[in-house]
Amino acid sequence: MKSPKKNYWLDHRHNVDKVFYTLCAFCAVVLLADFFYRKHAQLPWEEWFGFYAFYGFVACISLVLIAKQLRKILMRKEDYYDH
Amino acid sequence: MIIDLPPGFILILGAALVPLLRGRLRSAWLLLLPIFGFAQLLGFSHGEYGHITIFGYTLTLTRIDKLSLVFAYIFHIGALLFLIYSLYFKDNVQHTTALIYVGSAISAVCAGDLIVLMIFTEIMAVSSVFLIWARRTERAYAAGMRYLLIQVGSGLLLLAGIVVHVQQTGSIAFNHLGLTDLGTVLIFVALGVKCAFPALHNWLTDTYPEATVMGTVFLSAFTTKVAVYALARGYAGTEILIWIGAAMTMFPIFFAVIENDLRRVLAYSLINQVGFMVAGVGIGTEMAVNGAVAHAFADVIFKGLLFMSMGAVLLRTGTIKGSELGGLYKSMPYTATFCIVGAASISAFPLFSAFITKSMVITAAAGEGYTLVWFMLLFASAGVFHHAGIKIPYFAFFAHDSGIRCQEAPRSMLIAMGLSAALCIGIGIFPDALYRILPFTVDYAPYTTTHVVTQLQLLLFSALAFAFLIRSGIYPPELRSVNLDVDWIYRRAAPTAVRFIMLQLAHIQSFFKHTGRVIWKASLVGRLAPGSIANPFAGRSTIGTFVLLTTLVLLAYLVLDLF
Repeated sequence: MKSPKKNYWLDHRHNVDKVFYTLCAFCAVVLLADFFYRKHAQLPWEEWFGFYAFYGFVACISLVLIAKQLRKILMRKEDYYDH
Repeated sequence: MIIDLPPGFILILGAALVPLLRGRLRSAWLLLLPIFGFAQLLGFSHGEYGHITIFGYTLTLTRIDKLSLVFAYIFHIGALLFLIYSLYFKDNVQHTTALIYVGSAISAVCAGDLIVLMIFTEIMAVSSVFLIWARRTERAYAAGMRYLLIQVGSGLLLLAGIVVHVQQTGSIAFNHLGLTDLGTVLIFVALGVKCAFPALHNWLTDTYPEATVMGTVFLSAFTTKVAVYALARGYAGTEILIWIGAAMTMFPIFFAVIENDLRRVLAYSLINQVGFMVAGVGIGTEMAVNGAVAHAFADVIFKGLLFMSMGAVLLRTGTIKGSELGGLYKSMPYTATFCIVGAASISAFPLFSAFITKSMVITAAAGEGYTLVWFMLLFASAGVFHHAGIKIPYFAFFAHDSGIRCQEAPRSMLIAMGLSAALCIGIGIFPDALYRILPFTVDYAPYTTTHVVTQLQLLLFSALAFAFLIRSGIYPPELRSVNLDVDWIYRRAAPTAVRFIMLQLAHIQSFFKHTGRVIWKASLVGRLAPGSIANPFAGRSTIGTFVLLTTLVLLAYLVLDLF
């Protein structure tokens, strides 16, 4: 077992930032990649620049925002069913 | 001789020996059974085997064709992986019942007619409940009862459907049925329960997370996939399945985002994945059914892998609540890595298994002109990455350090997870091996520039959304809580309603008692000879007096009815 005192790379805030900025860089690359190939689309809007990127981002943001509202209706204490 | 046994029987019969064996011999026996079973399966050529005549019906125990074979293959592979995982446990109850469960699942997908299918799904229901009860807590006992009630209930629906169907057609053959009459509708609903259709789904998310560490892994793979098989066989091209499937991909992800129990998050995402299969079956074209079957194949492994990793976390830390976990990559780096592979697979990253399976269903939806369904499936694809792909590994292994320091998972578990992870990647890199065993010839190339780039855009921007929400603090924190779902109806609303009705009845009873007493006292007997005859309305009210009163009322009604 490792000692709890051991320092890990991800324990540092600036390294977490690095992960985030790397993700941003990857996003930029796949988004700009749309300029460099010919899309084979089934549906017309698939050909729009960055359609999938936009849809994925918006889908996830709305998913979380709606789920957050759902909590107000659905969430109960952990022992709700116990008595 | 051995070839005469239906596929799966080697596991069912072999289970009997398990309690008699000890140590390495026991482990070896457990692993040999699926291998023997697989070897036996390879000996079958397409056709029907094992005809038995009972009550004038000729039952066909076994039918082997491409559709049954692909499910039988993956069930054997899953069984082997899960048994390796389970070697850490020396629990005869779980091992014997798990073997019977898997064996009957294999027999069910190879069943030659409706009656044989029903018999094996019933054996599955009864054997699998022990995987929940084996947790040996009161909570698990109650969950097991709920599970059993619903499973047996769906079995009765199936039986009723078959009886009506046989009455109308005189045939017990299990080929394409379609929603043609009451019988086929009942069979459809029965399969819908096992498949976790919306509103019929809740047994799954309610009870799977209450099973044992190994139990949940086994449960995740077989019941729903047998139902998908049966739908593909009997209801391919039934349009309503497209909408049911699309709804199944959508609604569970909202629950998954706010759920704290990480195995329950996976249970919701199990429904979400089965939704893709159901939608594929509903579209019903060769590509769509291929996609549904292929996705079922991949799902057994990657969903098994995810449940295995969360099982290992539960075993080592004693909890599976997102609110209490975090930072476990420090203690369980291998488990974390395998979990991430499972997460990448379920999210359909290029080079991972779902990338080459799920996309067939989505492509088929667009190809057949189901635009709205296409949008829904794409939303669900982004969502599954969000809740299963990121949330599971993030809250268990990263997030804030919970301070928990534990051992890495046991070796047998690591081996099972490693093999599963390798298979997830293997299927993703070499799709042709899977494509070759699908029911129809595959005319689909997953690795096109368009598909790879658009899929990466979808997933990476979903990840960006997650990172943005976490960093901005908008993301809902993991909280110790339960979320209401359909089970609220039978766990809270129905009992409350019954209690309310009983209370009202008690009020009525005391009213009668009171008036009865008053009338008695006013009556001649009561006035002339107080105490000579016991006042029947005095004393504590019992159910007995109430029953007596009800009987009298009914009797009076009957007598009045005579005139």
